[in-house]
Amino acid sequence: MPGVISISNLTKTYATGQHALKNVSLEIRAGEIFALLGPNGAGKTTLISIVCGIVVPTSGVVRVAGHDIQREYRAARAMIGLVPQELAIEAFETVRATAAFSRGLFGRAPDAAHVERVLRDLSLWDRRNDVTMTLSGGMKRRVMIAKALAHEPRILFLDEPTAGVDVELRRDMWALVRRLRDQGVTIILTTHYIDEAEEMADRIGVVNHGELIVVEDKAVLMKKLGKRQLTLTLQEPLAAVPAELADWQLALNADGHELQFTFDAALEQTGVAALLRRLEQLGICYRDLNTRESSLEEIFVSLVGRGARQ
Amino acid sequence: MSPSGFNRHGVWAIYRFEMARFLRTLLQSVLTPVITTALFVVVFGAAIGSRMTEVDGVSYGAFIVPGLIMLSLFTESISNASFGIHFPKFTGTIFEILSAPVAAFEIVLGYVGAAATKSVLLGLIILATASLLVPITILHPFWMITFMVLTAVTFSLFGFIVGIWAKNWEQMQLIPMLIVTPLTFLGGAFYSIDMLPPAWRTVTLFNPVVYLISGFRWSFYGKSDVGVDVSLGMTLVFMLLCLGAIAWIFRTGYRLKN
Repeated sequence: MPGVISISNLTKTYATGQHALKNVSLEIRAGEIFALLGPNGAGKTTLISIVCGIVVPTSGVVRVAGHDIQREYRAARAMIGLVPQELAIEAFETVRATAAFSRGLFGRAPDAAHVERVLRDLSLWDRRNDVTMTLSGGMKRRVMIAKALAHEPRILFLDEPTAGVDVELRRDMWALVRRLRDQGVTIILTTHYIDEAEEMADRIGVVNHGELIVVEDKAVLMKKLGKRQLTLTLQEPLAAVPAELADWQLALNADGHELQFTFDAALEQTGVAALLRRLEQLGICYRDLNTRESSLEEIFVSLVGRGARQ
Repeated sequence: MSPSGFNRHGVWAIYRFEMARFLRTLLQSVLTPVITTALFVVVFGAAIGSRMTEVDGVSYGAFIVPGLIMLSLFTESISNASFGIHFPKFTGTIFEILSAPVAAFEIVLGYVGAAATKSVLLGLIILATASLLVPITILHPFWMITFMVLTAVTFSLFGFIVGIWAKNWEQMQLIPMLIVTPLTFLGGAFYSIDMLPPAWRTVTLFNPVVYLISGFRWSFYGKSDVGVDVSLGMTLVFMLLCLGAIAWIFRTGYRLKN
């Protein structure tokens, strides 16, 4: 089944000759939270801008709920709300007027009740009659979201929604995203805060140098690419890793008090049991041991790093 | 909104937004051109007019009023429309317009419609002010309004182009200052081109503004430098040129999208 957004062979070369996107294909499923990860300049914003109609693709096809974004742009765009990275709102308008403006612009009849609901959801109702330029940066960010939600979009793009945002707003934002998902809104967010993707996303796509390197369910991605790490806290410090343990490629940390073993959790024989037996044979005693999974951040760094080496 | 239909809510949103901007700055929007025009009428009309014979049977003070209204229509239309589209480009809010389900002609309708509305209102206010200072007759009210609306729309279209073309505020001022104001002053706003030596008359006929002012003045006093049909034709030609340029801008995304 094709996704709610279907991107095929999308390429963008800017007039400067910069290849922002190279043959990207991607299906976004209805109702999911999809996180696009990638370093600055990877092409995340270009991808979003093309789907939203702000940037003209060099080649490729994008369909939103089956509507071609160029030939049937009205139907496609009416479904989409966009919160761009840059704060850009009409400085001299009131909060309520600017949200109502966005609703009209996207072709919806005025609906004061809906605008009120959106403003209340974003804790903006008390400031509804304030001129936007008098608001703080965080409040302006909320106004941007209110504008994007004013026309009841079925798909919401959030481009770096929490960049430069305080903890409270960040939590509010996450709660809002979950609430929208519960209402069936499809959400695509870009971020370079990996913990955000880890916390929020159903699926993750990693973009680097204009290419989509990986698209995977978050859980699968973390399982497939995740490494596990075993840390042994020793009773007596070691001066060096004994030669008998060379097979495990251990790391000696904390002034010789900790041995660290990194292994692939997906393997049948992880080597953990053998390592522990060997330690016993060598008479090396440990006080404590713990294992942990590598974070999405480590996965991401290894993916992007690999891409860079190619 | 039907998928392929006309986005009237979108057009209305843009139009109302632009009119709200006009009302916020009502005092400076109206007062400045009114005072300027009143000064022109008083200074030129009284100081020079007292030493001049009538032009085409009309007192000099009254003779210059249509030209002055045209001058205001030109500059206000251009500045309103160019500012209206340049400001969102400058602040970045244009992203919303570009990502909205509005067609190019709907965007133009909203911005240019609002700019032209303001200019026509302003033109009428200036006319009312001038009529307090000098005796004015309007022989062809229908054509007077028609010329006013056509001119306001045409120069608003032109201003819209300037607003998209301009890369900064300085360039925004450039076209009105370097081209439109001189053409207006040399276009018969303050004199009948019959008063010029024959050689200069011919040169003047290459100035498109001559036709606009001449037609407009005819609707007041029934006298014109060139035929009224020519005036109307020239206005329409200029309007079509602007529409063509705007169609090209939206088709290519020139200075709007990359």
